[in-house]
Amino acid sequence: MGAYAREPLAAASRNVSPPPPVPAVTPAPPPKPTMTAVEMGARQREISVSEFFTKNRHLLGFDNPRKALLTCVKEAVDNALDACEEAGILPDVVVKLEPVANGGPPPPASQATRFRITVADNGPGIVRQQIPPIFAKLLYGSKFHRLRMSRGQQGIGISAAGMYGQLTTGKPVRIISRTNARAPAHYFEVQIDTKKNEPLILEKKQIDWESPRGTQVTMEVEGRYQKGRASVDEYVEQTIIANPHVKMTYVTPEGETKEFRRTYEQLPASPREIKPHPYGIELGMLLKMLQDTKSHWLSGFLSGDFSRVSPRLAEDICKAASLSPRARPRDVHGQAAENLYKGIQATKIMAPPTNCLSPIGEKAILAGLYQQIKGEFYTAVTRPPAVYRGNPFVIEAGLAYGKGPEPAPESQAKKEISLAEGEAAENDHELARVIRYANRVPLLYQQSACVSYKSVLDTTWRNYGVAQSRGAVPSGPMVIFVHMASVWVPFTSESKEAIAEYDEIRKEITLALRECGRRLGAFLRRRERAHSEFRRRNIFELYIEEVVASCNRLKGGKLATAKLKDQLQKMAMKRTGGEKTDELLGQNGSGPEGLPHSIIVTPEGVEGEVPAPVADAATAGAPNGVAKTNGGPPPSGAGDGAKGARRSGRKGTTKARAKARPTARKRR
Amino acid sequence: MAQKQRTATAVEKKLIGVADVVIHAAERRKDPTLTIPVRSLSNVTFNDRKGLIEMGKRKQARSFFNVGMAKKFMQTVLVADALCELQRANLTTSLREIYYRTKHTIKNSHENTIDTQDESDPLIEDLEVTLTALREELHVRAENAGSIVGPLVLVDDGDRVDCARLGKGGYSVPSIVEPEYLQIRQCTADFLLLVEKGTQWNRLSEDKFWRRYNCVLLTGNGQPPRGVRRLARRLHEEKKLPVYVLVDNDPWGYYIYSVIKQGSINLAFESQRMAIPKAKFVGLSSADPEAYELPRNVGIKLNDKDVARAKELLGYTWFQKKSWQAEIKRMLASGLKYELDALANKDFQYLTKKYLPRKLKEQDWLD
Repeated sequence: MGAYAREPLAAASRNVSPPPPVPAVTPAPPPKPTMTAVEMGARQREISVSEFFTKNRHLLGFDNPRKALLTCVKEAVDNALDACEEAGILPDVVVKLEPVANGGPPPPASQATRFRITVADNGPGIVRQQIPPIFAKLLYGSKFHRLRMSRGQQGIGISAAGMYGQLTTGKPVRIISRTNARAPAHYFEVQIDTKKNEPLILEKKQIDWESPRGTQVTMEVEGRYQKGRASVDEYVEQTIIANPHVKMTYVTPEGETKEFRRTYEQLPASPREIKPHPYGIELGMLLKMLQDTKSHWLSGFLSGDFSRVSPRLAEDICKAASLSPRARPRDVHGQAAENLYKGIQATKIMAPPTNCLSPIGEKAILAGLYQQIKGEFYTAVTRPPAVYRGNPFVIEAGLAYGKGPEPAPESQAKKEISLAEGEAAENDHELARVIRYANRVPLLYQQSACVSYKSVLDTTWRNYGVAQSRGAVPSGPMVIFVHMASVWVPFTSESKEAIAEYDEIRKEITLALRECGRRLGAFLRRRERAHSEFRRRNIFELYIEEVVASCNRLKGGKLATAKLKDQLQKMAMKRTGGEKTDELLGQNGSGPEGLPHSIIVTPEGVEGEVPAPVADAATAGAPNGVAKTNGGPPPSGAGDGAKGARRSGRKGTTKARAKARPTARKRR
Repeated sequence: MAQKQRTATAVEKKLIGVADVVIHAAERRKDPTLTIPVRSLSNVTFNDRKGLIEMGKRKQARSFFNVGMAKKFMQTVLVADALCELQRANLTTSLREIYYRTKHTIKNSHENTIDTQDESDPLIEDLEVTLTALREELHVRAENAGSIVGPLVLVDDGDRVDCARLGKGGYSVPSIVEPEYLQIRQCTADFLLLVEKGTQWNRLSEDKFWRRYNCVLLTGNGQPPRGVRRLARRLHEEKKLPVYVLVDNDPWGYYIYSVIKQGSINLAFESQRMAIPKAKFVGLSSADPEAYELPRNVGIKLNDKDVARAKELLGYTWFQKKSWQAEIKRMLASGLKYELDALANKDFQYLTKKYLPRKLKEQDWLD
């Protein structure tokens, strides 16, 4: 073949160049193989997950020291909260960050490059045998194989954090855990064997521990502490917003202790575990399930291993796939499996059950927002469950608007400064802040890649009386809260920073945001109406003074000013509705009736579903509900935080408490 | 001066009238309202016979007890007050000073009476039209933004100014040139040349063009200010000087010419005293690049704004003469505009030595 092919080519070249070349040029010898298949085969070897992630740590959120510090805290806190909630314990979590000296005295927090992270909880504790693999084996966990809503999913997080610490500082992860007051506390020092992805136990012993129950994990990692966006501080604050049932003590690297009290005394309803929904699985997954099932018949497999498939529906699916319901699942492969897959898609199946989800709930979101963010208007919306790719999910949205009623003396002082040219409308350039959550965990990075953020951009906020420039978040003093609760949150990467864009998810978020927007619009309109009559009268009164003074000067100071002023004022009164307006203004800022799940804050007081313990915090001058004890020794154990008893009482507190303490969790 | 303070001037009386409007309305329990003629294109007409833009009869009411107008009403009264103060003290001032004089923070609030000068300037124009008083009569002056040179003797504040002996720089035209402030003692020139650009005026002045052709050279550095326009009008009227206008070849140049000739839309009420309906347009015409063989590469491409403005000009009633329609359409067709400065491409003194002499000889101008 080769020779034939070469013939005409050679002839062609001869035509071009008149004198024929004497001998055919011998082609260059093919390159000699430098390695044989056997040699190459010898180089092939398995890569352990740990090795893979050592090299690709950015996939898990350890790209830079600042983010790494946050990721470590986040993984430890997520685990603590998941454990407490699963065990039905109201979580008490202590987070402590300490700068570590690299020889010499410890540097100031902003300069430090190494930190010791300690996270302690009052959870159920961990049995002795499980401690090493949980903290020092990647992809080991209780959550991956279950379809149940939880913060963690894959079993990578905490061991990856430990691995990162080991990599950057060489220090092992230290764990103390105790399962109950009578059991001993176990102390472990573990490292990960990255080649084998197996734990190495450096030390284990029983110790005395002041906490009766719980787990404490300590890691030393390379990191950078910097306040502001996507900082540990922000993470803690946002966690509290979405988890008002958590009591958190946060000791910053600067030695400041921040106490976040529990504002919602109810644990979120424990989510159920569900079986996968047939619409949610792919062919490969189906094949694996066919192999692994314990059922003997195909129909039994379908109805037993999936949710929402009744025996009768299973028969229908088999019929649609032209397979026998009595076929052995293990024998279904190849074309038959593909037919089965198509059959599933062609059959109408009920949406998956939604009791596997545990949304935060409107009341709790309100409590969280109200506690953490100063504002004038709060609202929250929990959407009914929906489904994407067979996974049920719930979208919740919330909104805090305004700067909060200003303390009276401050606003007085402000009035006395007159404004210079160009100074007038300066304060309205602030943009709204979007805070995003997935299964109650704040998402701090990759905002613009996240479907929540995109939905905020796509909502026409101008319809609700909020300014918004094209392709931007709305402007104004506003915090927008978006939460997605699902058995499987579709993240765009392993580091869980942004939610992928599914039409169903986007639609739900948009609907929730619109509802929030409508309520905000109603609030703003109402406030505007009450103020506009007042302003009308007000401007006339202000301007009358000026006009009368000018007229007097024009008339050479010989005018009966009092008379003119009186005449004009009477007319102003008549034209702005007189006594009626007075009445209207008396009942300033009509209450939140008609605005469900909302809180309105006015200088006179708070109306709406105010969470109880916050009510007394608001008056005590710490608007964030954060008690600050500078430099004080942090509470050592998780069990005994300082009780929020230093708050002074407040008028009407008891009433508010009685009203706000929910008797039953809001059911959808 | 003390005499004046006692017997109020006519303008002062008009300003006090604003206060009377408020007082009388208040006594009758009526909303105090000022009636202000509308200053916009929709309220001007072109008087073909007189060759002037005249203000129409449409008026707008500005009432105090109207939320949208209350502030403006208050500001108008305030400005009237400040203008009256000027009359009584017999001082002149600038627009900017009026703004500062009237600005203060309203008692018991953090609101200013006037926030920027953009708010006070139109109010002064409003008062000018409402009270039919000229800005000069209101003692408000603009900057001295014009120069004049030529065989001309003026008297300013009692000082004799011989404009033929002021070197290259000439005399800086004040913004108020009414006979009581500035007298024209003597003028032997044959015509007046009004140049848009200061740079080209400098060229002509340096080359002593005025001496050779016995003319007065005047510039307003762009859109000529009122002082320059008024002085040109006075020379035209009192000394019978024909007026020629030399501007860039672009829509803005055309409009400057039309303002000199027919008056502006905004100040249509002053056309009577400002406009020079017999003024002629000598250049730069869109026909000149070809006639004077200017290379195409010294032109500038018309941008979208230029084109839009040119199309607007085509629609104005005072640009309906055939010659003008042709002139503007020729520019649009070429897609280029030319600056006066572009003549320097041929020679630094091309304007003085070739262009203007030929134009004047050929009487090549538009009316």
